[in-house]
Amino acid sequence: MPELARYTGQAVLYALFAVVVGVFSVWPPYSLLEPGQALLRLSFSHPGKISTECRTRSAEELAKLPPQMRSAQDCERARSPVQVRVELDGRVLVDESFAPAGLARDGASSGYRRIPIAAGRHRLRVLVRDDVRPQAPAHEREVALDVAPGRIVLVDFKAEQGGIVIR
Amino acid sequence: MNAVAVALEAQGARESTPRAERLVRAAERALDRVFGAHANPLRRLGALATWLLGWVLVSGLYVYVFYETSVDGAYRSVQALGEVQPWAGGLMRSLHRYASDALVIVTALHVAREWMLGRFRDFRAYSWCSGVPLPWLLVASGLVGYWMVWDQRALYVGTSALEWVGALPGVGSAAVRNFVDASALTDRLFSLLSFLHIGVPLLLLAALWAHVLRLARPAVLPGRSLAVGLSAALLALSIVLPATSMAPADLSQAPQRIELDWFYLGVLPLADRAPLATWALLAAGTALLLGLPWLRRPGRAAAKPAAAVVDPARCNGCSLCVADCPYEAVVMAPHANGRPGVRMAVVDAGRCAACGICAGACPSATPFRRGAPFATGIDLPQRPLAALRAELDTALDRLEAAPSPRVVVLGCTHGARLASAPVEPGTAMLAAPCTAQWPPVFIEYALRRGADGVLLTGCPPDDCAWRLGARWTAERLAGRRQPWPRAQVPRERVRLHWAAREDAAELAHAVRRFRAALAHAHAQAEAEAGTTSRPHADEPEARDA
Repeated sequence: MPELARYTGQAVLYALFAVVVGVFSVWPPYSLLEPGQALLRLSFSHPGKISTECRTRSAEELAKLPPQMRSAQDCERARSPVQVRVELDGRVLVDESFAPAGLARDGASSGYRRIPIAAGRHRLRVLVRDDVRPQAPAHEREVALDVAPGRIVLVDFKAEQGGIVIR
Repeated sequence: MNAVAVALEAQGARESTPRAERLVRAAERALDRVFGAHANPLRRLGALATWLLGWVLVSGLYVYVFYETSVDGAYRSVQALGEVQPWAGGLMRSLHRYASDALVIVTALHVAREWMLGRFRDFRAYSWCSGVPLPWLLVASGLVGYWMVWDQRALYVGTSALEWVGALPGVGSAAVRNFVDASALTDRLFSLLSFLHIGVPLLLLAALWAHVLRLARPAVLPGRSLAVGLSAALLALSIVLPATSMAPADLSQAPQRIELDWFYLGVLPLADRAPLATWALLAAGTALLLGLPWLRRPGRAAAKPAAAVVDPARCNGCSLCVADCPYEAVVMAPHANGRPGVRMAVVDAGRCAACGICAGACPSATPFRRGAPFATGIDLPQRPLAALRAELDTALDRLEAAPSPRVVVLGCTHGARLASAPVEPGTAMLAAPCTAQWPPVFIEYALRRGADGVLLTGCPPDDCAWRLGARWTAERLAGRRQPWPRAQVPRERVRLHWAAREDAAELAHAVRRFRAALAHAHAQAEAEAGTTSRPHADEPEARDA
């Protein structure tokens, strides 16, 4: 093959390679959401209540324990699972029980769900129950939302901020 | 007799070539015409990958100097690269991205090529399997790199990747909170990302070292023209289409259109829809790649040739075989005779390719001894040098009746199809598993037994089935590598001509030219001696090495 043809061929192939690299590094664009959709994210990490009643140790019992273990309350380690129910305009989006982490089930329950929703006006109701005792009160919050397309609505649970957080 | 041909078949190399291999070879030969064999990118994919990795590391280090590991500074510092110093930082950032993308393409081509050429079994199983984790590390490194930019794409990549990881049983989704809750987002996350984006490539480098561990003289540089050409192409791309960020990450807003780098992030859209199925698919693909060396078609028996064996009684511990083995299969160890300070070669059968190059390097391989059975310090059990000498003897006996000049062609079973080459009168062709299995002393042996010339052939250096066989053969002939032919061997009666298996006609042409040259030299010698002689052919061309 003549020199000129060889160098031309090389240039063409290098250019082709560069075009493939350049094009597929940004194209085709990807859309996580359909047009007119917004996103509802449920994301929380919250330790449920201890699942059984604690017992108060007597003075004799405490005296028998090593000094560093003299806790007045004798509690089981296992925590309650956290039950979460999310309704949008009366339609149930999430109704799940999230188990505590850890082999002894004594860690926080964590949950994450990503749910595309239609943009627009909605009523969002969130119910969180973090105690297995039947008489224990549940956390509940209901809000009216006007969600723009692409907007992310985050549903969280933060005990230090009063419980259910929606933003 | 018009023609003499002794075409030897060995190790099944003559069986029909699989279609996938033919396809690869056709593509390689087509690109040979454009780039030349030595700069053919398809023949240099592994070296190209390390070259690109070098670009990624250099450009990445430059970019990292200006990177701020904080929530507020991450996006700003990356954006400033293109705005404040477009011809330095901006260019480096673009090169970092495009070299990384090119690395994925080259890696994929490398895997596909080796698979299509069937280079993953037996002694190659280690290199194949040790290469399987590399794409995982590469993509993991790229994913983390995209987080660091902290734009909308980073937000998508972070949440999507961690959602995907969180879908695995027992992992959980706690890590995703770093990308969805502003209060959980701290500067420490970016320090962690920096650590990961440096740490994972370091792991990649370590894995790459392990990948080439069993190769002698691995090709880690692609050659000047290829390196320059590829670098120029990526540089031009970086100037024409600079890498840019999307809008800054906003935890309350999902981008409607994400400019996805499909080389690294292409798996995420699939994982968004079916996370566990994507894991299953990738796990199955990885398991398949790992198991490929041991998978065979039903009815097709494993045909692994026996490894080279060392004869301790004849091994003098010269270590030439160790230096020549392309797969680091031969090492030196204390000699079996127990004498202190005396060493001998030991073959690791699992690494041995049974190419025979070690036998060709053994200085004790002399065919002249007739008193005792022919044996050498290291040899191939299924293709011993004694058998090669016997075949050479047979060929030379037949050549005695052939017209002069008589030429012996010593080749390899992977090079030009000797059996199908047009047969020349006065020519005998023999093939060993590798041309470098022919000890140089066999050349002198053939000449002294009546051959007028010896032509060495085989697959070309850039197409060598055993990586280094052609190179060692050329260096031995040139006297740059032991063992070399003795000084009294007339060099004008020895010729080297590489010919790939598809180039049988070209090989036949080279044989004709060589014979013509020999005839011409013979005529000249007779003329100088005062006799007359009619040359057999035209003036020789000085094309062959």
